[in-house]
Amino acid sequence: MTFLVPLPVVVPLLGAAVTLLLTRRPRAQRTVSLTALSTTLIVSLALLVLATQDGALAVAVGGWGPLGIVLVADQLAALMLVVSSAVTLCVLIYSIGQGMVDGVEDTPLSVYHPTYLILTAGVTNAFLSGDLFNLYVGFEILLVASYVLLTLGSTENRIRAGTTYVVVSLLSSLIFLTALGLVYAATGTLNMAQLVTRLDALPDNLRLVLQGMLLLAFGIKAAVFPLSSWLPDSYPTAPAPVTAVFAGLLTKVGVYAIIRTETLLFPEGRVADLLLVVALLTMVVGILGAVAQSDIKRLLSFTLISHIGYLLLGIGLATPAGLSASIFYTAHHIVVQTTLFLVAGLIEMRGGSTALDRLGGLARLSPILGLLFLVPALNLAGIPPFSGFLGKVGLFQAAAGVGGWLAWALVAGGAITSLLTLYAVARVWNLAFWRNPNPAMPGVAPDEVNPVDRVPAVTLSVTGRSVPVSAGDERGAYAAGRTVAPRSSAVPLDDRDAADESAVRLPGMMVGPTIALVALGTALTVAAGPLFSIAATSAADLIGRDAYVRTVADLPEVGE
Amino acid sequence: MTPNLVYIVLVGVLFAAGVVLLLERSLTRILVGVILLGHGANVLILSGGTAGGTPIVGTVPAEEMSDPLPQAMILTAIVITLAVTAFLLALAYRSRDITGHDEVQDDAEDRRIVVLAERDDVQVGDDQDQDQATPAVRA
Repeated sequence: MTFLVPLPVVVPLLGAAVTLLLTRRPRAQRTVSLTALSTTLIVSLALLVLATQDGALAVAVGGWGPLGIVLVADQLAALMLVVSSAVTLCVLIYSIGQGMVDGVEDTPLSVYHPTYLILTAGVTNAFLSGDLFNLYVGFEILLVASYVLLTLGSTENRIRAGTTYVVVSLLSSLIFLTALGLVYAATGTLNMAQLVTRLDALPDNLRLVLQGMLLLAFGIKAAVFPLSSWLPDSYPTAPAPVTAVFAGLLTKVGVYAIIRTETLLFPEGRVADLLLVVALLTMVVGILGAVAQSDIKRLLSFTLISHIGYLLLGIGLATPAGLSASIFYTAHHIVVQTTLFLVAGLIEMRGGSTALDRLGGLARLSPILGLLFLVPALNLAGIPPFSGFLGKVGLFQAAAGVGGWLAWALVAGGAITSLLTLYAVARVWNLAFWRNPNPAMPGVAPDEVNPVDRVPAVTLSVTGRSVPVSAGDERGAYAAGRTVAPRSSAVPLDDRDAADESAVRLPGMMVGPTIALVALGTALTVAAGPLFSIAATSAADLIGRDAYVRTVADLPEVGE
Repeated sequence: MTPNLVYIVLVGVLFAAGVVLLLERSLTRILVGVILLGHGANVLILSGGTAGGTPIVGTVPAEEMSDPLPQAMILTAIVITLAVTAFLLALAYRSRDITGHDEVQDDAEDRRIVVLAERDDVQVGDDQDQDQATPAVRA
């Protein structure tokens, strides 16, 4: 069944090529990208099942043994593949719903689909790759695609944000490339399985240098404090689905790379204390940043940074319990953070803004939106019985198992961080959902600001039909004459009147995937048992190292 | 695999110049910095391999061949750097188009929060929420 291994990379790439040819036929483009990503999801699920049953699968692409590109799908990679392809599929449907592909808003480009598929291919390639250079290539594929997605439409804000992002990402890539040059010069290979033995033979100082350089490169990509300051400036300016997929996946690819290198290549844990200190700072400083924000997207970007700290905590502990909790928390965080950014996009659509001082009363205007925000927000903050709680408990237990003042400091820091996360999301909840509606919001008449019972009750339609805006008595005539037009590609969003009307109704194509992701996030709680057992076996494999090395060593040599 | 001193010095010079340029504010200079850094990294990878004859079967005995792997990797890296350079160039051009210069700018939201912090101000107070809610309940 090893032919399945390259498919998660190849299928999105092929899809990208086909969608690029179909730029003039949006409907066909959509069909192709949906098919490609669904296939990827199915293949990933199959890989997870196979890797759980029979152990890791490996393929030497082109038959070039350990010299060429090796793809390895072990349990960890397959789990990450499943979560990431589920998320990318949902976000794709959401973005189709938003109509960004159709030339609405300031993202008029038909390159959206190809670029999005290439981004997916980059992510899957990074997860699957069994040698460091291919990991670099995977990173570059996803980064270049992300540059394009971030600057879609090239408005002034996006160019400004894109500049910071591109320069920082380039710097991290160059550090990575330099580290690769040094690793190759020292060992003569970049194949991870071969590196296991060859790195062990190197002098300690040299190993520390290589480890430090790789950590620095991955740390920038994973937005680890103090290398995280680029993130909140660049992510929020992109369109909502783009921010969502960036937040869910890109930093996690960095975390995944850290997990791989720390366990497989440098298992002696000499930087463990450093990682733990950095984890503590990332958590606390990140969440303090979130508390200071007045824009939902920026606030979420800071919670994203903050929760990377939890992932590092498990890696820094370097025990099976810590690693498995980290893996579980990564899966949880990918889903939850993506969902929250998608909800932020819905809030922006309904309320016309994501600035907290311009929002209010959303709970009354759109109850479903309230529910969609509340569930992942509580999940993120780690309220029992959600998966966020389970992950944090797992991490804290692992830290307590290790003991020592640093581990306990991290437990305390982690607890404070989750309380502050709760405070940050509760602030959004209070200000955006429970105050009186702001008159500047679309669908709210200026005279309707204060009195509770006269606020128009706007029905949210999930079916895609147009829904009349019902209102109080004196607004009856106004409402009767004004049925909200269905959102279509013909409506340019910068036309404020049209935007006001269409923004009142949230398209089902956007709400649907968001509901699906909220459900997936909740399902992680229900499926926590099996998921934790997958995470535990992956962690044991990671620490054992033998399974990985043997899988790759079993590959045929060059020319056979 | 003895490292060649010329290469090492070259890599050092390229890296130093690249870093200096990368610290500039103008995107065009940053671009040149990126190119230099990219070349530095490529030469570094090249100097990590064994030198020798052309790595084509039949031309020289296998032991005297140069290591083809770093060359393959550099080729990939060059392609990637070229693509990114083109993208940065477009970004700089567009930035100049919109703002009249190509300088990397501060984030507006960051500045706003710094100003607020200097004034010791709160931005969206929860008190203001209470004030608004009271008349609403009475009505």
